[in-house]
Amino acid sequence: MSTTMTTTSPSETHSTNDPRFDSGTQKPMSPTFQPRFDIWEGDDEWILYGDLPGVVCDDLVVTFENRQLSVHGKVGRCFDGENALCSEYRVGDFQRSFTVGEAINSEAISAELRDGVLTLHLPKSDRAKPRRIEVSAT
Amino acid sequence: MLSTRWEPWTELDRLSREMDRLFHRGGNGQSSLAGAGSVPALNVWEDDANLYAEAELPGFAFDDLNIYVLGNQLTIQGERRPPQHEGGSWHRQERGYGKFSRMIELPTEINADGVSAELNHGILHITLPKTEAVKPRRIEVKST
Repeated sequence: MSTTMTTTSPSETHSTNDPRFDSGTQKPMSPTFQPRFDIWEGDDEWILYGDLPGVVCDDLVVTFENRQLSVHGKVGRCFDGENALCSEYRVGDFQRSFTVGEAINSEAISAELRDGVLTLHLPKSDRAKPRRIEVSAT
Repeated sequence: MLSTRWEPWTELDRLSREMDRLFHRGGNGQSSLAGAGSVPALNVWEDDANLYAEAELPGFAFDDLNIYVLGNQLTIQGERRPPQHEGGSWHRQERGYGKFSRMIELPTEINADGVSAELNHGILHITLPKTEAVKPRRIEVKST
């Protein structure tokens, strides 16, 4: 079967710079990145793991609306490259959304953030769970 | 509601993901953490007193990391293990797992005894004090 949870974003899954930020402004604005995610599906729930280094709980917004799951993390610190000896990555906010094609019990979605990793639990609603059919012997 | 909207961009994305899967993530079980460039990516900068090195290491605890300083070489080693689940299936695995080891040469002599490191919210921050000999010294100009 096809994947029922899909991203709405292009295939390049990380360090996607938003070109809007680079032109026109005098001050270099921080770019927005697509965080990398793992998605696991079990019988009862979906679990999403996302790498959001540098994001603290207060700066993370997770919304689920109309089958769209969005994750937006703000990163306070910045690296402006001043006095840099070696600059291999850029620092910016994180943004990603997923379209959830399966029935989710949205009331019961839970999220935790630890060591820069977001873990999202999306419990399936009862009608989406696999059901074992009892076979009775006659 | 059972209405299905036709979402052309979603279809395109699906197609590009399939191409991605076919050509890049061939499912050979290789850890992308070890495969892509130098891991972890480092930002290094300095001020008069210290060098600072920073790396994004989400999901790492201090026990998973080893940091060595020898002369002016800084080595960072670590390992991240994937979450364990019984049964179920992975639909997407973009985050890297496995071991890494990275050594960089620092441009100045540092005082290895004074090196300190912090790990906060998945960001490793290392402070490497310069030796007295290489610190810039301000020369007082006396007026006579």
